[in-house]
This record gives sequence, structure tokens and C-alpha cells, in this order.
Amino acid sequence: MSLVLVVVVGVLFGVGFHLLLQRSLIRIVVGFVLLGHGANLALLVAGGPAGAPPLLGRRGEGPMADPLPQAMALTAIVITFGVTAFLLALAYRSWLFLGEDEVQDDVEDRRIAAAEARREGYDEEDGG
Amino acid sequence: MNDVLLPLPYAVPLAGAALGLLLWRWQNALRLLGIGILAATVAAAIGVLAAVADHGVITTQVGGWPAPLGITLVADRLSALMLLVSSIVLLAILLYAVGQGVVGHSEAEPNFFYPAYLTLSAGVCLVFLTGDLFNLFVAFEVMLASSYVLLTLAPNPARMHAGMTYVVVSLTSSILFLTSVAVTYAATGTVNLADLSTRIADLPEGLRTALALMFLVVFGIKGAVAPLHLWLPDSYPAAITKITAVFAALLTKTAVYALIRTQTLLFPDGRTGTVLLVLAAATMLIGLLGALTQQDIHRVLSFALVGHIGYLVFGLALFSVAGLAGAILYLVHHIVVQATLFLVSDIMQDETGETSLERLGGLAGSSAFTAVLFFVPAMSLSGVPPLSGFVAKLALLQAGFGSGRTLGYAVAGVAVLAGLLTLIAMSRVWTLAFWRPRPPTPEPELPPEQEPGEEPGLSRPQRYSRGLVRGVTAGMVAFGLAVAVLAGPLTSWSLQAATDLLDRSAYQNAVREGSRP
Repeated sequence: MSLVLVVVVGVLFGVGFHLLLQRSLIRIVVGFVLLGHGANLALLVAGGPAGAPPLLGRRGEGPMADPLPQAMALTAIVITFGVTAFLLALAYRSWLFLGEDEVQDDVEDRRIAAAEARREGYDEEDGG
Repeated sequence: MNDVLLPLPYAVPLAGAALGLLLWRWQNALRLLGIGILAATVAAAIGVLAAVADHGVITTQVGGWPAPLGITLVADRLSALMLLVSSIVLLAILLYAVGQGVVGHSEAEPNFFYPAYLTLSAGVCLVFLTGDLFNLFVAFEVMLASSYVLLTLAPNPARMHAGMTYVVVSLTSSILFLTSVAVTYAATGTVNLADLSTRIADLPEGLRTALALMFLVVFGIKGAVAPLHLWLPDSYPAAITKITAVFAALLTKTAVYALIRTQTLLFPDGRTGTVLLVLAAATMLIGLLGALTQQDIHRVLSFALVGHIGYLVFGLALFSVAGLAGAILYLVHHIVVQATLFLVSDIMQDETGETSLERLGGLAGSSAFTAVLFFVPAMSLSGVPPLSGFVAKLALLQAGFGSGRTLGYAVAGVAVLAGLLTLIAMSRVWTLAFWRPRPPTPEPELPPEQEPGEEPGLSRPQRYSRGLVRGVTAGMVAFGLAVAVLAGPLTSWSLQAATDLLDRSAYQNAVREGSRP
């Protein structure tokens, strides 16, 4: 039971990080959503095996489940939900500006490439 | 009394942010609200500092649940000092923003600057006050979520690109943080820091090292420790400059604070010391060599910021009273000076419309006052005596050369070299922007849309008050000087704070006793 959940967490993390490394913004967003689910599930797994509902004054059969990680997972779900909404808005705004869904090249890379191109231009002038 | 006092620095800005959302139509009310709320936060921070000075570590249980389960707020000497310095800097930058009147919005849109800024302040204060790991995660999320909004205010293509980089990197580190919290809870059954510090000793050796490294990676990304720093120089310069000033002064520092807190409290044997020393040296060299190659003044300052994170990590890595005290002094110095430098660079951009060192020049003649405003913090950052940077660097170097470890000596040597590199980088900015005559024909290096830090095509609302902008920046410079003047009391306070950090018993006892009904 618990092992299945652990494997699911692992798969979610693997797929999430793979998508996060893609160039398309929407894949990055989906990757983040999967990572968030993986982390929340990891919190739940951290609470130990399932048990009776931890309600005051209503003692069920067997040991109670640990309510603390559940509370933490709920908080984390709210946070990831809010941030996902912001990320979608950001991706949409970025698409409006750039007209494409691709993440651009690194700023520094482009600067170095431009500087290099200019220097080669000078060298040719000197040679000619 | 602590039950009321300790939540105040967090609760007041958050309530102000809620009020700010209601008041978005009335600009003057928003200005007054922001200033009033942050002034109240400064007052609360002074109250916390006074209480800590009187009683030592103070705690409270929010909601009345006892310690390992409930939400614990703790203030010790380190957090009280950080709280005070941060709230003063937050207030100063808000005053600057009010004076400049440009908050990146048009009249038709709701003004999100003030609510987002106040939420960010609440998050920063909560990071310093929180006493459990999960709450630390929440505090970072509160802070970062508002920073995403602030970074992408007044959107343009460069800013959206930078915003995407920043948000995705921050989110990844947050997910890793959450996973680390989960693993910690699975291993120990608690997330309360004081409780963890005793329980974590029972864990197997390998697991403890793994946890220490997980937290190191998490706060390393958030704090831009090399080689996890690459996101910072690409994203920070793209924001509106005064927002970059807040980010540079506080966001990375909260991560360094969290790194210091977790490593000293949970892993007091200094098992990560060697790794941290190597990372500190790498961060200093990479950051400052990067600063030397940049043309855009905001990028120079951002790379210098990365380099100086290395100093903070160096102080922590020594795991000695002297090293930690040096790191605390350096935190105070760097928060103030880095914020001041970004504010001055904003004034320079305001006067010339330029941020590129290739096109700046002649500022010393046209505005001598700005020259003075730039010169003092720049020399302080480089560690020129008798400014605050010298005091802080001296404390760190003494700790390094007194550590008795070969690696400690080596990294202290790198720190001296990094100080020299800072001096070169700052002198380069000084010479190019202030002393030489302004280049006659500005030749654009790149098309303007690739130049981050500039504000192409943005309608600039009128300046609200030029005097306030200059006055606040001069005040920040004076604050930096005050750090040097008050070096004596600050050093004894940091030494005491460092002793408490390594001793841990005051922190643990305070939380244990505070949780008794």
C-alpha cells in the first residue's frame, strides 16, 4: 500500500522534472503541477499508514491517522493551486507579448553571442 | 505580552495588505496606509528587540496549541536584529517608491504595488520569527508569491522572460523544500525546529547528512549560492529598480538566514562545513568575476550581490562563534548597502535614462550629490575602512584566519581577493559613469528590447517628490554609516547571538517552557 504511494511519488517527480526542462511554457506549467502533486503526496506518505479519522470524541476502530501532515498537505495544496493560477496567467501574458509559447534563450548566452559576432566583424575589417 | 508582540510584525503588514486591496482607488490613502503600516512594523520590531534584550529568547504559541503541534513564533538575538534592519529597509524603500511615484501601473488598472509590497514585508518578517519548518515554507511562499507579482509589474517582454525564469526556479526550490519537510517529518515525526534539534540526533548518520544536504540545496537555490545562482543575474535586473533593491536586500538574505538557522540548530556538528567553505569560495569568485564583465549597471550589482552571498556562507561554514558573528554583521551591512546601491543606480538611470556603462558618463559634473551617494556605499561594499563593509569583512577574515584549518585559511585568502575584485568592479562603475566625459554618440550595443533594466515605451507618471527620493537615499547612506559607527554594540550583540546559535540550549528551553500551559 505504502510502497505503491512511494512509487507514485517517484513517478510524479520524474515526469514533473522532465516536463519542467522542456522549452514550451505550458509543459513547464504542467510539470510544476505534477511536481506539486508529488510533494503533497510525499507529505501524506510521511504521516504513516492510513487509520481511523482523527476526530475529537469519535473514537473509531484501530489507531488514528496522523492529522498533522494532512493539515500541512492541505496548506500546500492551497499554495500550489494559487501559484499555478499565477503561472498560467504569466504564461498567457508571455504568449501575448512574444506570440509564441517557447522559452527564449538565456539572456547571457545571447549577449555573449552578439559580442562575439561583433568582434568577428571587426577582425574581418582589420584583415581587409 | 509576548503573545501580542511577536505576531505583530507579521500580522500588521498582512492586515495592511488586505486594507490596501480595498483602497486601490485612492492613491493618497494607499501611500499613507503603506507608510503607516511599515512604520508600525518598525515600531513592533523595536519592541521585539527590546524584549529580546531584556528576557533573552522569547516565544509564543499562536492559537494556544502546545509546542511540537502548534505554530511557534520565536525571536532570539539573530532574528530580532534581522527583523529590525529588514523592517527599516522595507520602510525606506517604500518611502523611495512613494517619492518616485512610479509603481508600474496605469490609472485604469488596480494598483497592486502596495498590497503586494506589504504582503512581501509580512513574509519577510515571518521568515525571521517562525519556529517550525513548515511555517518557514509558508513564510517563504508568502514572500515569493508577492515577489512574483512585484517582478512582473509593468510587464514588457524582457520582464516576462525574466519573470518566467524567476518563478519557475523559485517554485522548483519550493517543491524541494516541501519534499525536505516531508522527509524530515517521516524520519522524526515533528517539524518544530526546537523539537527537531533534539530528535534529529537519534537518526542514523547517513540520513542526517542527507537532510543537511537537502536543506543546503533548497536554501542554496533561494539564496543564490554558486553553482545554484544562475537565475539571479537574469531575473533581478529586469524588475523596476526599486523592487530589485528590495529583492537584492532581503530575499536572498532571508534564505541565508534560514540556512544559518537550520544548519546551526539541526546539524550543530558542522558536517556541511567543508562543502560550505568550497561553495563560499566558488560563490565569491564567480559572482565578482561576473560583475567585472558586465556592461549594465544593474547586472554588475546583481553579480556583486551573488559574490557577497559567498561571504555570508563563509561565516556560517566556519561553525565558530567568531565566524557566525562575522556573518551576522555582514548580513546587517549588506542588507543596507546593497539596497542603497540599487536605489542610487535608479537615481542615475532617472537622470540619464541609461543603465549601460558604455553610454553613461560625466555624472560627477552634472550631479555631485548623486556621486557622493554612490561613492559611499560602493566603497563600503568593497570594504574600505572605516565603513561598515570593512568592519564586517575584518570580523570574517579574523574568524577565517583564526579557524586553524587549512581550508579556512584558503577561503579567507579568496575572501581578500574577492574584496579586491569588488573594489575593481565598483571603481570601474565609478570611473565610467562619473569621471569620464559622457560618450558623444551613443551606439546601441543591442536592440533595445534585449536590454533588461530599461523601460522602453512605458509612460512615466510624474515624479511625486524629487526631494523625498534624494532624502531617502541619503538616509540609507547615513544608515550604512551608522552601522559602522555602531560597530561596537553591534559586534557584541552579534557575538552573543552567535554564542546562542551554537549553544542552542536557550532556544530549546525557551520553546519548551513557552509551550507549557
